[in-house]
Amino acid sequence: MIEKHSRRGDLLLLLGFALVVAFAPTIFEPIGGGYPDLLQKFAIYGIFAVGFNILFGLTGYLSFGHAAFLGVGSYTAVWSFKLLTMNVLPALVLATVMGGLFALFIGFIALRRSGIYFSILTLAFAQMSYNLAYSVLTPITNGETGLQLTHGDPRVLDALFGVQHGDGLPSTDLFGMSMSGWSGYYFCGVVLFAMFYVSLRIFRSPFGMMLRAVKSNQNRMNYTGINTRPYTLAAFVISGMYAGLAGGLMAVTDPLAGAERMQWTASGEVVLMTILGGTGTLLGPVLGAGVIKYFENIFSAFNEATLMDVFSFLPETLQHGAVAITGLFVGEGWHLTLGALFMLIVIFLPGGLMEGVNRIKALFRGGLRRGEVRRPATMTG
Amino acid sequence: MAILTVRNVNKRFGGLKALDDVNLEVQPGTVHAIIGPNGAGKSTLLNCFVGRLEPDTGVVDFDGVSLLGMKPHEINQAGVSRVFQTPEIFGDLTLVENVMLPAFARRDGAFRINGWRPVLSETGIRELAMEMLRDVGLADHAQTVASQLSRGDKRRLELAMCLVQEPKLLLLDEPTAGMARADTNNTIDLLKVIAGRGITMVVIEHDMHVVFSLADRVSVLAQGTVIAEDVPERIKGNQKVQDAYLGGAHL
Ligand SMILES: Nc1ncnc2c1ncn2[C@@H]1O[C@H](COP(=O)(O)OP(=O)(O)OP(=O)(O)O)[C@@H](O)[C@H]1O
Ligand SMILES: [Mg+2]
Repeated sequence: MIEKHSRRGDLLLLLGFALVVAFAPTIFEPIGGGYPDLLQKFAIYGIFAVGFNILFGLTGYLSFGHAAFLGVGSYTAVWSFKLLTMNVLPALVLATVMGGLFALFIGFIALRRSGIYFSILTLAFAQMSYNLAYSVLTPITNGETGLQLTHGDPRVLDALFGVQHGDGLPSTDLFGMSMSGWSGYYFCGVVLFAMFYVSLRIFRSPFGMMLRAVKSNQNRMNYTGINTRPYTLAAFVISGMYAGLAGGLMAVTDPLAGAERMQWTASGEVVLMTILGGTGTLLGPVLGAGVIKYFENIFSAFNEATLMDVFSFLPETLQHGAVAITGLFVGEGWHLTLGALFMLIVIFLPGGLMEGVNRIKALFRGGLRRGEVRRPATMTG
Repeated sequence: MAILTVRNVNKRFGGLKALDDVNLEVQPGTVHAIIGPNGAGKSTLLNCFVGRLEPDTGVVDFDGVSLLGMKPHEINQAGVSRVFQTPEIFGDLTLVENVMLPAFARRDGAFRINGWRPVLSETGIRELAMEMLRDVGLADHAQTVASQLSRGDKRRLELAMCLVQEPKLLLLDEPTAGMARADTNNTIDLLKVIAGRGITMVVIEHDMHVVFSLADRVSVLAQGTVIAEDVPERIKGNQKVQDAYLGGAHL
């Protein structure tokens, strides 16, 4: 999909994005999402999805193994906390680099195939990493218990610079700024903004145009003098670095890394986020990540008592009926809601939530009828 | 000296001899047509020039360098552009992006991570692309998505994409196949303009009208062998050629 863009439009987009990140606590308050833990999740999964979209949205290569890079990022960050310092900067830099290196290795092999074979190869690699983390690699991953901080950790940089951590297990920080609560959210928010900006630059660059062309017609690329393999590999590595960074941030908020982060369900989740929000759009992946994490955290927390409250305006029999039906969709049943939402969107808005947003925008501008948003006027010979 | 030299090229598909000792020389600045009945091996021969197929034996030299063993993108970077039997364009990109991309490929080579500077700042490349679109008569639709174009316009776009690369050799496989008469005539006019600029072309064509209005020389291929090569006027009268076309229905 071609987004008509201009410098002014992009500037407004960035400004709007920055404002939402800055005022997220107030914006999400009315829908019950205005607390730091959840907003931090929005930001971290937003980064994961924005990076995934650089691969899937632009080149069309659908990876089913990106959770592997997420896991690698988390393990790397925790090791950095154990061996080097509780400062998050080295941890995040190393997590990003390791995510990229892993992606280089896996991408180099998987990109020899395209379409479903590529997807299967990435899935196989990720499942392999997941199983290795539980078996052969236990010295590095600490197996089922997960990798944790301990009192005996050397933390050589902290020791070198005389950083004191007190008696309990130390917590992560950025030069003394705590990474929990609101400062933790704002740190993740700033990183999200920066990574969104990088993605925007890539989208608007000749490199981004090449990646879109790969999706459009690889055959034409080759006969136009372009070697497509390094382009797809570069996109794969960049998205792997985003995933590594997101995994590192997860460890920042909670310095514990487990193999379940690499499971195929986690890989599938980022695919859902991207498609739900709008594949190949700039904002879509962030939206999709937000919606899914919102459902996961808010809807799953609803129980019968809250529902009774919601329907208390109904007569008693109706109230019980309404609670019985809606009860299926909340609590444990939040997956059902998400599934239904996903189906509705894929059927009615194949371009994801962003297509909906664009249609509404077009309605406001007036004159445009349904469906014309994405299709410029046809021309005749 | 010839810009493209093909010597003793053979290609087998299983038991079928698709190319049987083919020889061909294309002089710079000329239009060389390859004609022949269906299944004669024309497309097979062209595919041997661009790295899609590798001949079993023989020589294919371009500008003094062997093309054998080179990948398609390397051959393009050496100066050979091609249009396909069905136009191959970037359907999801706008027309101007379609033409800018080959221009980037010329300037930046087969691979370069050019990921920070916006396309909008590339005014030189954009102007070049717009000029090409103007040349093929599509400038008014520069912001249209390419998949919306008619077949004839897609061909024009594909030609603009090749021309922006200033190819030393332009290969065309049946450029007017499947086109309406009006589109065919438009395309011929455009090809004449391109030929007038001195760009060397090899054209595979079924339509004799196209061949005789464009070509400086014609090679006739039948069952994988070149049975005649001459100027168009003399090809018309050649008995072997008449026979190959079953009594000359086409001529
Ligand atoms: N990849 C292939 N595998 C097997 N046989 C092939 C292959 N490509 C072409 N052939 C055969 O080689 C012969 C020459 O085919 P080619 O496509 O070169 O003919 P052509 O002159 O281009 O015909 P047309 O005018 O129909 O395009 C045909 O008999 C064809 O069936
Ligand atoms: Mg053919």
